[in-house]
Amino acid sequence: MQEILSPMPGNVFEIKVNVGDKVEDADVVIVLEAMKMEIEVVAPCAGTVESITVKKGDVVDTNQVLGTIK
Amino acid sequence: MKISEVFLELFQTSGFANITWRELVMLVVACVLLYMAIAKGFEPLLLTPIAFGILLANLPMANLMYDATAEGGQWWQSGLLQIIYSGERSNLFPCLIFMGIGAMTDFGPLIANPTSLLLGASAQFGVYIAFIGARATGLFTAPEAAALGIIGGADGPTSIYLSNALAPHLTGPIAVAAYSYMALIPLIQPPIMKLLTTEEERKIQMQQLRRVSKAEKIVFPIFVTVFTALLLPDVAPLIGMLMLGNLFKESGCTDRLSDTAQNAMCNIVTILLSVSVGATTNGQTFLQIRTLAIVVIGLLAFSFSTAGGLIFGKIMCKVTGGKVNPLIGSAGVSAVPMAARVAQKVGAEANRHNFLLMHAMGPNVAGVIGTAVAAAYFMRVFG
Repeated sequence: MQEILSPMPGNVFEIKVNVGDKVEDADVVIVLEAMKMEIEVVAPCAGTVESITVKKGDVVDTNQVLGTIK
Repeated sequence: MKISEVFLELFQTSGFANITWRELVMLVVACVLLYMAIAKGFEPLLLTPIAFGILLANLPMANLMYDATAEGGQWWQSGLLQIIYSGERSNLFPCLIFMGIGAMTDFGPLIANPTSLLLGASAQFGVYIAFIGARATGLFTAPEAAALGIIGGADGPTSIYLSNALAPHLTGPIAVAAYSYMALIPLIQPPIMKLLTTEEERKIQMQQLRRVSKAEKIVFPIFVTVFTALLLPDVAPLIGMLMLGNLFKESGCTDRLSDTAQNAMCNIVTILLSVSVGATTNGQTFLQIRTLAIVVIGLLAFSFSTAGGLIFGKIMCKVTGGKVNPLIGSAGVSAVPMAARVAQKVGAEANRHNFLLMHAMGPNVAGVIGTAVAAAYFMRVFG
């Protein structure tokens, strides 16, 4: 299992995947908004989205777990 | 009077009969810029009001830039754009924009990695190259060349601030060049970044920055204001407003002021500043060889600044054994946050797991301070 970590502080702008979705390595899974910029967070590996632990609008910090991929 | 004579007189007093080729050229320039902003999405928030200001200022007979005070009249008898322009000419707008930028900016990456200051400083390389180049053309005096060179810092408010002090007659073309190049950063920088770095260098993933405490973030704007204003009093208005905005953001007890500074106030001042920047481009004075030289030398300044940051980034990459991605050096030009965003984008193109944004924000905000310091140096020498 691999964790999807937030690379920086920001707000969750968009969640691109649902639990159970299959993703490839480096697919965009979540979009963060920070300093009026949209930042794409990509899957750390290929697999199935096991969990998403944030929702749209949440404030997240660096290295916060956003979800997991199995 | 016959009806045909009425129509003839109406036509003769209209703009259609009085428009000059210079004004026509400026209207075409305005439309090209509007196209780039609206259809191509090049920083539309800046370029749209600038382009429309150019359009308005070059409509014959409309007298939107008429200056009544030049003929002994009252300021309120001037044209609308001339009244707005007084906020640019007095440096009020550039300083208020800096307050908004301060309220938007997280200086954490710079505090966490103070070596970013070196990248921000090295990305002022183009400022001095442009100064030397402008002097070499023989078209500009030393103060004019200094005002022109600051375009290399890619900082609109500082460019206006310095040109108001050293060469107020060139503020229009300098501001238009500076803001246009800032808007075109996503086009100008990537080819230089790819030319000066290898694929392997662009792929480098940087380690997470250390966490910066709230106390550090509160002390930083106060310290920088006092230190910079004591060292370089000429830029106290710019740095002071930048850091006041930042203190609103970081203090935690002035959220309403921070919100107003970074949204409502910044948007209002951006509209007024951008329109009046565009309005300074009168066809009569703008379409001259010196303006063309400003546009060309400004582009060189910008390119050399990007290159200066990248080259120093490569040096830091070597010194740290490959821990620094050289791309973050290009963000040392102070267009916040556009330059950092470009570093992020080019880095992510090479390696999708690359998150350079916060690392690039360090040199980016250092560049803001670096350009202000360069401006202060020029003001001290030539002011």
